[in-house]
Amino acid sequence: MQAVRTLSLDQAAPAAPSLARLVAAAEVGAPQPGSDGPLYAPPRKIYPQSVHGTFRNIKWAVLVVTLGIYYLLPFVRWDRGPNAPSQAALLDLPNHRFYLFFIEIWPQEVYYFTGLLILASIVLFLMNAVAGRVWCGYLCPQTAWTDLFFAIERLVEGDRRDRMQRDQRKWTLETFARKGVKHFLWLMVAWWTGGAWVLYFADAPTLVKDLATLQAPFVAYAWIGILTFTTYTLAGHMREQVCLYMCPWPRIQAALTDEYALNVTYRYDRGEPRGAVSKANELRAQGKPAGDCVNCKQCVHVCPTGVDIRQGADLGCIQCGLCIDACDAMMTKIGRATGLIAYDTDINIKRRMEGQQPFVKLVRMRTALYAAIIAIAGGIMIFTLATRDSEGISVIHDRNPMFVRLSDGALRNGYTVRIVNKQLKYREFILSIDGLPSTLVDFVGQPPRADGRQLVSVGPDQTKEVRVVLTDYSTTPPASSTTVLFRLIDADSGQIAEMRDHFFGP
Amino acid sequence: MADEHKEIDPLTGTPTTGHDWDGIHELNTPLPRWWLWTFYLTIIWAIGYWIVYPAWPLLTTSTQGVFGWHTRSAVVDDLNELKLLRGPMMDKLTNAPVADIVKDPQLLDFARAHGRVAFADNCAPCHGAGGGGTRGYPNLNDDDWLWGGKLEAIEQTIRHGARSGDKDDHEGSMPAFGREGMLKANEISAVADFVRSLSALPVEKGADLALGKKVYADTCVTCHGPEGKGNRELGSPNLTDKIWLYGSDKETIVQGLVNGRGGVMPAWQGRLSEPTIKALTVYVYTFGGGEK
Repeated sequence: MQAVRTLSLDQAAPAAPSLARLVAAAEVGAPQPGSDGPLYAPPRKIYPQSVHGTFRNIKWAVLVVTLGIYYLLPFVRWDRGPNAPSQAALLDLPNHRFYLFFIEIWPQEVYYFTGLLILASIVLFLMNAVAGRVWCGYLCPQTAWTDLFFAIERLVEGDRRDRMQRDQRKWTLETFARKGVKHFLWLMVAWWTGGAWVLYFADAPTLVKDLATLQAPFVAYAWIGILTFTTYTLAGHMREQVCLYMCPWPRIQAALTDEYALNVTYRYDRGEPRGAVSKANELRAQGKPAGDCVNCKQCVHVCPTGVDIRQGADLGCIQCGLCIDACDAMMTKIGRATGLIAYDTDINIKRRMEGQQPFVKLVRMRTALYAAIIAIAGGIMIFTLATRDSEGISVIHDRNPMFVRLSDGALRNGYTVRIVNKQLKYREFILSIDGLPSTLVDFVGQPPRADGRQLVSVGPDQTKEVRVVLTDYSTTPPASSTTVLFRLIDADSGQIAEMRDHFFGP
Repeated sequence: MADEHKEIDPLTGTPTTGHDWDGIHELNTPLPRWWLWTFYLTIIWAIGYWIVYPAWPLLTTSTQGVFGWHTRSAVVDDLNELKLLRGPMMDKLTNAPVADIVKDPQLLDFARAHGRVAFADNCAPCHGAGGGGTRGYPNLNDDDWLWGGKLEAIEQTIRHGARSGDKDDHEGSMPAFGREGMLKANEISAVADFVRSLSALPVEKGADLALGKKVYADTCVTCHGPEGKGNRELGSPNLTDKIWLYGSDKETIVQGLVNGRGGVMPAWQGRLSEPTIKALTVYVYTFGGGEK
């Protein structure tokens, strides 16, 4: 049995040096031991081979859905009536509003985004606890766009072998033409990606028209330019370097995982010792051990980050499962059982070697806790979103002066009241004050209506500021502070919003 | 030199830099080359800044940059943009009489917002951030107005000021009765006590209220009126209410009688724009003390 390098929590020191070397190899393209290391290492160019199979299909499906949403969502319409934009997803920065289908977020409600970020991180942790870096392999934008760029590269320049050979040959007109077409297509995709981004910030159909007729604001073109550049660079040229050097997640992920998480694993219990099919048959005939791995290196060739999964867990492995597809295809071809590489754990490898049944432990303290946090945080968010008021009142007491003495000795306090109307229609509110027995209330600039009611009308999706002056005519000596209740009642629906403040005396 | 430290770390198989700190060796894990190029690129990018923007100081000026961009002209552009944005409301504010401004809720909001900023810039140093006033500088929140609290009166005071030297200003001040020798010391003391008695404030023991009343009737009544209610034409305060600009204690009143009073409110017409004066009028009026 050949020594196999694995990252396993119960395995002691001997594995460590080889693992560190693997990480170093993945990062800088294997500095040769014995030579003085270079100060700066050139990146290793990776030529991933095309592959077909279950996980490749899942990746295609995820790619189509996620990029489809990204590119098309700005064009989805959502009728909110005459007083609001009809774009389903819109970040309206000039008007300080965020719209997503039936949800409208005001600037003071950005804590929903905080909740969303908490949810997103815990979902990421849960994914990691279940199946390692599946986020990286399937959902990460870097993966999605890189995958798309790989597809374009294959379409124009051919598969792995063609590309490698072309890069080794002298440049011909054909090389030039093919590479030119590839970069042109990459730039087109990058440009469209940047273009889709700005559509989330303004009415999409109008902006598309303005962009085409060169009437859009400069900032729109600037952002398209920036995102075209980043998409082209990151997905076309940086690729796995982003995962290896720029992304913090692989580093954090290693600290958050445990031995039960399913990782793309080479089952060395079944695969070793490696050898050709004929040699393995020979050895087996003699009753000697022979593994299922035929050392075809398909798993390495299809890997988008250039990892050899057979050397164990790796910083570069994004858990996309393409090596599983490649290996399964090969195993099917030579008539052996599939699953030599699979989502599995080191524990199961050991158990199989000891003749025990493998198991998958999805429900554990870690996954249960993550699921609970997701349920609680999500529940709170949905509850607050569903029960939030569509009206609000906030009161600010004058700070200077805190109170005013009138010529007849009466006390007066001034307040600035802001009324919030989150509905998309004009609303009339009755504003009243409770708490002071003999008080004169003056709503500055808001004369009472003919029927004597003090109504304040607030425009659709707007706020209205009203200055309120309270004068206490009571003859009893004033308290230094009395609680006053400001009450807002929707004149039509009767919905109430209240806020407490104080009436100060000397 | 490169061959001097061909040491390979036995544990990781990685070459070391050859540096030795008390037996601790540093692994040589090289950065990717693109990182190096990105670093050089940022330096080149920085050179672009020198060329494009004003950067290098010269003897009397500086390099101007090929874009012609300047912080000052950027501010001017921003201000012009703001002017354009506010244009229609500003025109309305400029042309509407103040009495109409308070009747139009939208214009009132605009005027109050404009007035709040103008007040903080120009009025707050004397009258306080919220118009609360201080000794010698009237509180603008109360209902006691020296020169009148109606919209037009407030506008007049802001435009032309009080004792400001403007040809339409409010004139009239408290003469220095003591210093000028118009009243004797005992008369000043007596009339000070009498004035305190007008608003039911306690007077000193043995105060000669009869003399005070006589002095008041002979001297003060011209401006402050027979009942001490004051006269807004002359800016003479009401002596019977609870509000005292300088203070209600006897010493302060005596000081006023001896040295006179005459605080100055500057004239703002010509210094502030037409819409700003109107906005300030409305803002001060809506503090709560404005008279109908």
